[in-house]
Amino acid sequence: MIEVKDVTKSYGNKDNKLPVLKGITAKIADGDFVVILGASGSGKSTFLNVISGLEQPDSGSVTYDGRDITKLSDSALTSFRKDTVGFIFQQYYLLPNMTVEKNVRMGADLAGKSDYHEIIKAVGLEGKLKKYPSELSGGEQQRVSIARALAKKPNVLFLDEPTGALDEETGRQVLAYISALQKEHRFTMVMVTHNQNIARMANTVIQMNSGRIVQIDTNETPETAYEIGW
Amino acid sequence: MRLDGERMVVGIKDVAKLIGISIISCCAVLVCSLFLNYYLDILQIENLLTSEQAVIFYHAQVSTAKVVCSVSGGCLLLTSVVMLFFYIKHYIDTHKKELGILKALGYSNLKIARNFWVFGTGVFLGATVGFLGAFLLMPEFYERQNEEGILPEIVISFHPSLPLYLVVLPTIAFAMLAVLYAFLKLRRPVLALLKNDFQSSAKIKKFREGRDCPFLEDLRKHTLRTKKTLVFFIMFASFCFSSMTQMSASMNELASEMMGVMMLLIGVILACTTLLLAITTVIKGNTKTIAMMRVFGYSQKECCRALLGGYRPMSYIGFALGTVYQYVLLRITVDIIFKDVEGMPAYEFDFPVMFLSLTFFLIVYEIVMYCYAEQIKKISVKEIMLE
Repeated sequence: MIEVKDVTKSYGNKDNKLPVLKGITAKIADGDFVVILGASGSGKSTFLNVISGLEQPDSGSVTYDGRDITKLSDSALTSFRKDTVGFIFQQYYLLPNMTVEKNVRMGADLAGKSDYHEIIKAVGLEGKLKKYPSELSGGEQQRVSIARALAKKPNVLFLDEPTGALDEETGRQVLAYISALQKEHRFTMVMVTHNQNIARMANTVIQMNSGRIVQIDTNETPETAYEIGW
Repeated sequence: MRLDGERMVVGIKDVAKLIGISIISCCAVLVCSLFLNYYLDILQIENLLTSEQAVIFYHAQVSTAKVVCSVSGGCLLLTSVVMLFFYIKHYIDTHKKELGILKALGYSNLKIARNFWVFGTGVFLGATVGFLGAFLLMPEFYERQNEEGILPEIVISFHPSLPLYLVVLPTIAFAMLAVLYAFLKLRRPVLALLKNDFQSSAKIKKFREGRDCPFLEDLRKHTLRTKKTLVFFIMFASFCFSSMTQMSASMNELASEMMGVMMLLIGVILACTTLLLAITTVIKGNTKTIAMMRVFGYSQKECCRALLGGYRPMSYIGFALGTVYQYVLLRITVDIIFKDVEGMPAYEFDFPVMFLSLTFFLIVYEIVMYCYAEQIKKISVKEIMLE
């Protein structure tokens, strides 16, 4: 269980402060698929960065099963990221000089997993092991980043606009892969998006506006990637 | 780089980063000016030599000036050229987007490349300081060179050809070289410049896959293979440190204390500048990789080991080569050039000096590595997400 309590975050200096998160409180249950929905500038990506431990909030707490990650030292936070969370970004950020296999090993080696070929197979890239990122399409690159993130078997997977750089067909395909893997491995998934249709795939939808949570909805009948509109 | 409609300029701030080239030019011109000026002045006294000992000493001095100028000048010139190319390549790589925009707006490769002439100013500054510094040191240098009064008095003269050959021409040559190299480097499609490294479909360096090794080991190998120029600079840094510090100790006995101190300073400054330049480039060039590694949970130590660890053996090789180089050079100087000069002390390899030099090198190297490891700690994912 992830518990976020009264989290605030501002950017800028003392004279020119820009509050981005204005007292966020939320709970995310284990195994849940949560979508954080909001327009550009609503603070959703900052919220994701704070709850994943990539950024420190100005105040408030973020606890994972009772352990407050805002109080952790740099090395403890590194261990936390290593053992607990995985990330998928809009721009993939694959290492350009390394093959698909080596990029996935970046995640797998951290967890000491040697069975990373299974996850490459699960995202349909078994025939592209020796290819370099520049030789892959956008959808394939995003699937490599999914495999890289899941190869270290995280308890929580954070996704920041994972389909933002993809066309509809490829976007649906990527979401289908992610959704199927989440159902199979039962990890918690927190996805940031501005696409309201994608939110219909989630169990829980947190809507944000101007640094605040304006609504939390529970979806009893989530749709699949091929059922939603785009 | 500043873009202001009609003009695009490589700013002074960018040129300030050429400190490495300025320092190397300064050292090269300082040494060459001292010895060339001495060489030209000593030629004037050839007819005044009366004793056989003076003739032998004279020829030894002439040979020394020639050897020092060709070896030091040649090595440092070559290093400056490599460093200039490296700087320009690095500048183009880090300003790809701005250059891509200029090309997309219709500026020709030549028009953009012409602005790179300012890279020659680094050489001009360094060479001018080196030339002036040489004239400051000259009285003391002349005195030490003829300490025992074997030769008649040598008068310091100003030779106008020297500033032309050592300051003006190198500046023009380097400015032209910078424009030419930038022109060649800019000859790529606009889109290849506009896309960032993570998106780029530009040809990437592929390497033969070896045995299946862990990610960190692979990354270490890739970092070394893709940045061969940096391997050269790190080896050059340790080479300079090793050869110059050891040679400076021998110079105290073979030549003069002043020569020893001069060599020590040049060696340490060259080594530190080159080492800092090379490591800064490694870190900057791998910021995105480090940020992603940190996001995934790789520790600061693991990042350092993967990205910087591979250079350590290279620096040891550079140190060993520097040791051999200085030994061979001094052996040749003593056994061949000064073989007929009376009272020349015997030269033997100095093990304690080598160990002392190695110890200092290790301390300097590890301090630099520690400082950069602390920098790695500060790199966050925001750096790549803000792009």
